[in-house]
Amino acid sequence: MKRRNFIQKTSAGTALMALGGLGLQSFSGTSTPTKITILHTNDVHSHIDSFSPNDAKYANKGGVARRATLVESIRHENPNTLLLDAGDIFQGTPYFNYYGGELEFKLMSKLKYDAATLGNHDFDNGIDGLYAQLPHAEFQFITANYDFSNTIMDTHTRPYKTFYKDGIKIGVFGLGIKLEGLVAPNMFKETKYLDPIESSQEMTRILKVDEACDLIICLSHLGYHYKNNPNKISDLALAKATKDIDLIIGGHTHTFLPKPTIVKNIENKNTLVNQVGCYGINLGRIDFYFDADKNKTANGTSIII
Amino acid sequence: MRFTHFFFLLYFFVFLNCKQEKIQLYKIEGKQIAISDSITANSEIESFIKPYRINIQKDLDSVLAYSLDTYSKTDGELNTALGNFMADLIYSEANPIFKSRTKKDIDMVLLNHGGIRGILNRGNISKRTAFQLMPFENNIVVVALKKPQIDSLIDYLSKQKKAHPISKLKLTLDKNYHVIEAKIKGKEIVNNQTYYVATSDYLYNGGDNMNFFKPNDTLYRLDYKIRNAIIDNFIKLDTIKPVIDNRFTQIK
Repeated sequence: MKRRNFIQKTSAGTALMALGGLGLQSFSGTSTPTKITILHTNDVHSHIDSFSPNDAKYANKGGVARRATLVESIRHENPNTLLLDAGDIFQGTPYFNYYGGELEFKLMSKLKYDAATLGNHDFDNGIDGLYAQLPHAEFQFITANYDFSNTIMDTHTRPYKTFYKDGIKIGVFGLGIKLEGLVAPNMFKETKYLDPIESSQEMTRILKVDEACDLIICLSHLGYHYKNNPNKISDLALAKATKDIDLIIGGHTHTFLPKPTIVKNIENKNTLVNQVGCYGINLGRIDFYFDADKNKTANGTSIII
Repeated sequence: MRFTHFFFLLYFFVFLNCKQEKIQLYKIEGKQIAISDSITANSEIESFIKPYRINIQKDLDSVLAYSLDTYSKTDGELNTALGNFMADLIYSEANPIFKSRTKKDIDMVLLNHGGIRGILNRGNISKRTAFQLMPFENNIVVVALKKPQIDSLIDYLSKQKKAHPISKLKLTLDKNYHVIEAKIKGKEIVNNQTYYVATSDYLYNGGDNMNFFKPNDTLYRLDYKIRNAIIDNFIKLDTIKPVIDNRFTQIK
């Protein structure tokens, strides 16, 4: 036991890092588990205010100020929390028509969103309209399959971002939907759409091998599933065709799921796919528990949904 | 000597320790939390939103015109007062812009019945009304078409038997919905003339199965939203009093 204590204390020192060349994250695991909380929204569509009590469908639901209270209390309970959005932040209420997305981005910054991917409606004021609002966003836009190199958005997005939370390394990459047919070409200009499966394969290799992430999350605006067009790429299809993705947070299809979907990936391992409808009516919450205790981890990962 | 030993030993322990203490994912819990009125709104966020909200409400609710009656897109058979109002305002608001850019006039307007999303209530009319009538961000485009496509357009209208809003086009059908009269700006439709048809980019791209806009001679994007044309028209008018007329009728 003494030895152990000694090593734990020393592990914080830089001498050890240089010696072993092993990542710090490998040492923080003691017998206390680490919990990573992932909170997520999708297709909020400028729904800043809650729905009116007279609304036929969503009476009294939603609202950014309420979401702020909820996120704050969860962050207070677990500081190891990430807040993510899967796109279509824009379009749906006069807030967007009047302010072009300024208020949406400012509020997401105030709620301390960590990252978001882009939806097709985020191009509704053109790629220039999106670019114009970037100064109001204090969070990172991530997309791995939009090549913006010939556009004004070049260098303003990243294919992925990694986060450290209590020694756990989390890699998040983004995927967008094919814009052609959804958005007028003069709006997305020279944005090139890349194959989502190929992009995912590249991203998971980088995040798993090069970045040695403990947790890999895909923020997707591909859509949950297309019943009438099953060959169309979707979150369920992506989950089946790839590996090393722990969680796909989806959007676009405004799918209200009773619970997250478990999909067997190409290696027959579990990938979780989740989406929380639209308009900020729900907040998704996925907790990942990590431990070094063999008794806990010996039987693989249990999923409670 | 001692120092080297120390490092050697340390490395050894560290190595062992890491093997034993490799962090692993052992449990995932997923749930959805409803944002309901049981959650108190964050007052700082609320007060940040407030000035934006008030500004929008003030602007949306400022009175622009007066509507003499209540007009709905379902009042009428092949043409309705509300549809006529919409199509005519597209002509009157978009034509000066089109003319200034191209030295040409718009020949006719075509919208779709389903694109009218609200009603015009009797009484004061504000910007909010324009948002209700047209919540989408569609823009006005002008498409240069020749007679064969105009014929397909007319064929479409005769087969749809719906009050798709038109302006400057006159269409009369017989009791079997066959076209017996079709004129643009009061003239017969002739070969070799180019007709400039104003519509929405949604319909131009095949919305509502309107597949006659392609191929075309030229497409002019006015970068002018349909909703903004409605608002501009409200500002110009004092009283809105559109009527059902004989632009699209059936002889029974």
